[in-house]
Amino acid sequence: MTRHTLSVLVENKPGVLARVSALFSRRGFNIDSLAVGPTEHDDISRITIVVNVEELPLEQVTKQLNKLVNVLKIVELDPSQSVQRELMLIKVKADAESRSHVLELVQLFRARCVDVAADAVTIEVTGTHDKLEAFIKVLEPFGIKELVQSGMVAIGRGARSITDRSLRALDRTA
Amino acid sequence: MTERMTGAQALVRALEHVGVDTVFGIPGGAILPAYDPLYDSTKVRHVLVRHEQGAGHAAEGYAQATGRVGVCMATSGPGATNLVTPIADAFMDSVPIVAITGQVASSMIGTDAFQESDISGITMPITKHNFLVTDPDDIPRTIMEAFHIASTGRPGPVLVDISKDALQAETEFRWPPTMQLPGYRPVTRPHSKQIREAAKLIAESRRPVLYVGGGVHKARASAELLELAELADIPVVTTLMARGTFPDGHPQHLGMPGMHGSVSAVGALQKSDLIIGLGVRFDDRVTGDLSSFAPHAKVVHADIDPAEISKNRHADVPIVGDCKEVITDLIAAIRASGQKGDYSDWWKLLNGLKETYPLGYDTAEDGSLAPQYVMERLSAIVGPEAYYVSGVGQHQMWAAQFIDYEKPGTFINSGGLGTMGFAVPAAMGAKMGRPDATVWAIDGDGCFQMTNQELATCAIEGVPIKIAVINNGNLGMVRQWQTLFYDERYSNTDLQTTRRIPDFVKLAEAYGCVGLRCERPEDVDAVIEKAMEINDVPVVIDFVVHQDAMVWPMIAGGASNDTIQIAINMAPKWENEE
Repeated sequence: MTRHTLSVLVENKPGVLARVSALFSRRGFNIDSLAVGPTEHDDISRITIVVNVEELPLEQVTKQLNKLVNVLKIVELDPSQSVQRELMLIKVKADAESRSHVLELVQLFRARCVDVAADAVTIEVTGTHDKLEAFIKVLEPFGIKELVQSGMVAIGRGARSITDRSLRALDRTA
Repeated sequence: MTERMTGAQALVRALEHVGVDTVFGIPGGAILPAYDPLYDSTKVRHVLVRHEQGAGHAAEGYAQATGRVGVCMATSGPGATNLVTPIADAFMDSVPIVAITGQVASSMIGTDAFQESDISGITMPITKHNFLVTDPDDIPRTIMEAFHIASTGRPGPVLVDISKDALQAETEFRWPPTMQLPGYRPVTRPHSKQIREAAKLIAESRRPVLYVGGGVHKARASAELLELAELADIPVVTTLMARGTFPDGHPQHLGMPGMHGSVSAVGALQKSDLIIGLGVRFDDRVTGDLSSFAPHAKVVHADIDPAEISKNRHADVPIVGDCKEVITDLIAAIRASGQKGDYSDWWKLLNGLKETYPLGYDTAEDGSLAPQYVMERLSAIVGPEAYYVSGVGQHQMWAAQFIDYEKPGTFINSGGLGTMGFAVPAAMGAKMGRPDATVWAIDGDGCFQMTNQELATCAIEGVPIKIAVINNGNLGMVRQWQTLFYDERYSNTDLQTTRRIPDFVKLAEAYGCVGLRCERPEDVDAVIEKAMEINDVPVVIDFVVHQDAMVWPMIAGGASNDTIQIAINMAPKWENEE
């Protein structure tokens, strides 16, 4: 199985996320990660979905998604031709003795310390899935108290935008 | 130009504008505002059914008999959930219906209010699309969009849930509204390169088969199919959803493929080197075990739904498009190429199978009535102009096998979902859509007891359908599986209907219908003829048939099509034919 990143442009309407996620569970496909948010256009939301499937089922997922009336466009983003990022907030045990070690790792990973308490620090870090995994690994010995992670968001490299044509479709019906 | 009115009035006005003449439904609290202006409508006839499931199946029957969108209406909560089965049925069989449901007031949504159910959430996986409307201004546009979505592309059910306050509030009515469906763009025009590729494969093939499904009649492409089949001299198999799309009496027709298909149709698919699938979805009831299905065949697959192509079986030539356009273009491409395949050996083999293994059945030793005989006589006496609407089970398969369908769309049944109880309400809907046609429901005693309350609707609304109850006292198809696969342990399949609990003749009479009974082969013709003479009230015939009749041929569920049996432990001899 291989990981695929799908960018799904959808109409910004109530229930659309439910339609998309329900389709995945109904057709028996597992979602590794899902992130949804607004785009540069008020009427369009963008869902980034990471799925772990073979080519053939992926084609079926894409076709089924395309049948949803609120779905405007689906693009698979090639990892080498796109920027893919996740955001993580992580709370690590850090007292007077260990704090400097932790902060050194924060620097190495180009992360940021966003909160400091007497015996813990909270760190914000963004990056690829692999980078975040590596960061968790090096922090584990200090004791991870809490961890929260976003779904992956991704955007294609270069000047082209995947929203252009979908916007035209929206304008036609407006 | 706009007009000020309530959301409910706007709803009824919108229904009139999209051309609705019949709505099947039952009122209740949340939908009540809509029923007030409906009372005054001279264009929309509301048919008060006895159960919302009946409304949904009636809308399906209406849609399938007319080709127009069927409409059903129900209130919130239980009214809406009772529509779930027909909506799922319409989804599986691609039947264009619009279901309109009342919802509790928008301020109450999410509070577990009286008769609240999240019907748009519930029906999300079984509708082509659905809407929750809480603003009266959105009602006309939503109705227009719902009818557009239901009837275009691959047809299907659309649900419109409208909150009570949106029905009661005032709005400015304007027609036509502008649809806002930027993500809905069905492709109907096939790609010319794929068409040429398909024509090339046809000319190169030695054993081609046209595998025809429900999509061909939905595209109203029977005439084109006939032309294509005759032009290229290719054998045709018609699926359960396509019976009648190609005339049964035509020499190129091999019958129905699948679990209870004819040996010639199943054999043609298994031995073919090219399957041309038109408006089909390679359903498991047709393919059996996929890995051994038509092992030597290349596949041309045309369907209006891209997601059906290569879903179950890989398509060597995928064609996305409306079947009418696909077939028309194929005919042109074959004509243009001037090439013709040589299928004489193929026809020799297939005609041999057809001759050696015709559909047949054993009559009971005790002289009791064979259900297959009833079908044969119905077919002979009633004829191919009538609509035949069946439930689900043995009687459905016999109706598919032993009635000759010569006209497209004349066999209406629940194929994909397999909904017992479909026949009576769907026949009612078909008859209302085609009042001049003769409509026969063919039902089992199990099915009939699920929805026969609509006999009351038929009698009161003046819908003189005819119902042949094939009464073997059992859930026959389940019993057949128990016979074959569960050691004849008949767990909970004996309905004891032959003890006349209920007495179907008395039941029919209680509902204001004519009830007749037939128990002997020699009485079959007379009772059918008598039913044909009664055209003012519905007629129910209780055909008491023997309980051990089985549907043959049969391929066991999940097994390879190569294991087809024509009777218990009797397999056709394939190799001798070659």
